[in-house]
Amino acid sequence: MKKSHVFIIIIIAVAVAIIVSSTNDASTYVTFSEAYQLASIGSTKSIHVVGELKKDEDGRVVGIEPGEDKVSFSFIMIDDNGKEQQVFYNQPVPQDFTRSEKVVVIGSYRGEQFFAEKILLKCPSKYQENELNAGV
Amino acid sequence: MLHYFIGNLGHFFVITAFVSALATVFSYFRATVASDVDQKQAWLVNGKVGFFIHTVAVMGIVVTLFVIIKNHYFEYHYAYSHSDKKLPGYYLVSTFWNGQEGSFLLWMFWHAILGIIIIFTNRFWEAPVMTVFATVQAFLTSMILGVVIPGLEMKIGSSPFILLRDAMPDPIFKIQPDFIPQDGVGLNPLLQNYWMVIHPPTLFLGFATTLVPFSFAIAGLWLKRYREWVRPALPWSLFAGAILGLGILMGGYWAYETLNFGGYWNWDPVENAVYVPWLVLVASIHTMITFKNSETALKASFILVISVFILILYSTFLTRSGVLGDASVHSFTDLGLSGQLMLYLLFFLVVAVVLAAVRWKEIPATQKEIDTYSREFWIFVGATVLCLMGFQVLVPTSFPAWNSLMEAFGGTSNIAIPGDQVEYFSKFQIWFAVGLGLLSGVGQFFWWKKIDRKELTNQLFVPLVVAMLGTVVVVNIARVYNLSYALLLFAGLFTVIANSKILISVVKNNPSLSGGAVAHIGVGLMLVGVLFSSGYSTVVSLNNTGMLISRSLSDEFNRENLLLFVNEPRTMAGYEIEYLGERIEPRHKSGYIRKSDIEYTDDPYMVIAKRDLEFNGEKLYSAGEKFEIYPENTFYEIEFRKDGKTRFVQYPRVQVNPRFGNMASPDINRKVSMDLYTHISAPMTEEAKDDWGEPEEILVKRTSQFFANDYVANIESLERVYEIGGQSIDSSFVAIKAMVAVQGERQVYTAEPMLIIGTQSRGGIVPGIIPELGLKFSLMNLQPQTDEITLGISSRQKDWVVIKALEKPWVNVLWLGTLVLMAGFVIAMVRRFREFRLMKSRGLE
Repeated sequence: MKKSHVFIIIIIAVAVAIIVSSTNDASTYVTFSEAYQLASIGSTKSIHVVGELKKDEDGRVVGIEPGEDKVSFSFIMIDDNGKEQQVFYNQPVPQDFTRSEKVVVIGSYRGEQFFAEKILLKCPSKYQENELNAGV
Repeated sequence: MLHYFIGNLGHFFVITAFVSALATVFSYFRATVASDVDQKQAWLVNGKVGFFIHTVAVMGIVVTLFVIIKNHYFEYHYAYSHSDKKLPGYYLVSTFWNGQEGSFLLWMFWHAILGIIIIFTNRFWEAPVMTVFATVQAFLTSMILGVVIPGLEMKIGSSPFILLRDAMPDPIFKIQPDFIPQDGVGLNPLLQNYWMVIHPPTLFLGFATTLVPFSFAIAGLWLKRYREWVRPALPWSLFAGAILGLGILMGGYWAYETLNFGGYWNWDPVENAVYVPWLVLVASIHTMITFKNSETALKASFILVISVFILILYSTFLTRSGVLGDASVHSFTDLGLSGQLMLYLLFFLVVAVVLAAVRWKEIPATQKEIDTYSREFWIFVGATVLCLMGFQVLVPTSFPAWNSLMEAFGGTSNIAIPGDQVEYFSKFQIWFAVGLGLLSGVGQFFWWKKIDRKELTNQLFVPLVVAMLGTVVVVNIARVYNLSYALLLFAGLFTVIANSKILISVVKNNPSLSGGAVAHIGVGLMLVGVLFSSGYSTVVSLNNTGMLISRSLSDEFNRENLLLFVNEPRTMAGYEIEYLGERIEPRHKSGYIRKSDIEYTDDPYMVIAKRDLEFNGEKLYSAGEKFEIYPENTFYEIEFRKDGKTRFVQYPRVQVNPRFGNMASPDINRKVSMDLYTHISAPMTEEAKDDWGEPEEILVKRTSQFFANDYVANIESLERVYEIGGQSIDSSFVAIKAMVAVQGERQVYTAEPMLIIGTQSRGGIVPGIIPELGLKFSLMNLQPQTDEITLGISSRQKDWVVIKALEKPWVNVLWLGTLVLMAGFVIAMVRRFREFRLMKSRGLE
């Protein structure tokens, strides 16, 4: 076997190892029920849950409760399967929070409560905005 | 009046640019394949003219769009969505590339300029290279075409010249089709930063330059000139490496200065999308240089040069198609161009792969076995490490695309990048970095000397020993008690020392050849800088008060953050620090102004000075003067003292950002060996600011002192005023203003409560607030007979703020290393370009 062939085999092996290890360490998008199951079997890995904020009939967001000092808060999120869950977040309410179309929380269950380490918001962008908000 | 003409002109230029690009492709294609010399010449002229027309049209689009932005024609969607009347001129320039259409335009602009340079510098390669160039330009122009194909209802591209009324179905346009908004939405204040003026053009110039080597590689395959394309392509690859690297650095520096995640690199998908092509670009430079010297690694050069451009297209697809949606907050909004972007990517991928596959067997390769002690071997290993390093980042960054792909084929996939991206990527990347450091030290010795085992040991002995000694010393002083960190430190030091040794001997002989050594010294410095600034960044804002900031916050937050009340000193990082209050920044003068020294008007950007305003002893505004401010930014003045003397003052910022909510930006105190990086982790909330206690009413004499929440206070004056907030008061009202002076810990604060008495209707009370002391005065009543007034005093907590501060050691070594690396690229580029010129003058292009 030529040395260059050995070299190529090594490269492929490393590449495969990279794919395997990156994927193994990856987080996943799950629902609240799956996240709960994961936590109950002892996994402390952070996972992603996608969902929406709970709203009343008039489209107002309900269930946001500020923490004692107003620097943390909790809210109610409904995942894609329709499961409701209270989520705790150790930061002030992000400004466009209630306007968001979709919320991604990254975190894990601790007991019955879901603690988010990070929240990603998908806000309606200016491109989809159908109304002027200046000068009218 | 709607300005239809300018938009139509712009659209005309877009169509012209598109059509001329297609005509150029056709002409240059015919010129490439024509066998008859005269015909070839004729098609070449056609191609040239076509590309000139295209360039003029692209410049036309740029100028037209800029005229629209500059003149605030808000009837156009682009101007409305990305600018407003208050933006200063240089930010109007950044407005230009704020939207996706504009950034495509910026990219096209650079391609057009590079194309012109190619036409004037290359005679032999002009036709095939420009065929590729014009094809790319046709694809890019199609992205801003904004044409709907009738019948199919298919939209091609998104035009920057679309009218607002066509982009937004607001009901007002039904009633009043000629409606023009008074002002635009504006540019995101986060991007109103000088780095955002120069970072995008630099980055896109880097992107655009990668097209040049790609086009040469394709031309080489096409014309079966497998060896000759490398010489003209190499200086361009070096140029691209320098510019793209500089662009990435600027982005990192902007993030360091502006964002509060505490670093310059966050492994966000958008950042990764430029990092990966850059690594592969650097790898391709190495294989090309190897080929130039020893006729090996030609196939690898083809693969890598093509990969760089394909990766650029792939990252364009990732960041602009909306596929990253849930994974990144920075990605562009989806313009519905994903199909077109996919086509753009696949077209070049398929063409390049098919062409390379067809020609593969013909590409010359050495049959000789590679010697382990040859420089080619070591450079090849280095290039491989670079590629694998990029590959490791590419795989997780592609997770969202993989999920979408699986879904498109009916499967399910739900993998995601972990929440802590920095930790996740760093733990892999550090090992590649160690490998790079060691290889760039060893590889350079092979490069300059024909070396056998014995000679190698001789050469490497000194640098190895010095690096080891250095590592041992630094490990003990800086307590680098972590194996991977210590190894990285060793690798970095080794590269710096080994390459310095080479640099010294090269400079003696021929300084123009020093590019490689200089660049590798830069890499070594960067590794050391990254190691210390990121690995040994320490939190210094430790809560040493023994009290929790809040029970509802995590232990970590309580431990690593400091709650500062106004005028109450704390100790931090060997300094005595004291928070002095909230400040605001004027628009046209530099300095910070106390928030309670200004009176707000109906226009949030306009305020009136309540008293003479000074900053650092320099007078900014006189009392009563009206001036403009940035209302979205609040600065928090924190004084740092040592031995009773003020050493420096920091002004970390919180911006109320329309898109991202509250954005904290740090203030950085820079010293040679470390940066002190302070940011606000929790500003005082509006609720806390309004949490006033029950007012206490007291009767005070005009002349005597009284106590307000334990502070000594007195009434300075009582006078009638005729204006409030710059507006004169209706004559049926009488407004009385009291000046209440309160002796604070450091200075006298004043509050100006007002009583408005109506002669016909009811008046009102305007309280005067001293936020720093948490005091609110209300002027309730006047008793002129006894010269007494009734004052309502309520109190709340003094203004507070929670900060987090980090020490980032040796971050300057990183910046220095990056600049040295760029310098290395430039030296090498100059050398290769001279070589190209020399060969060209001999007729060997």
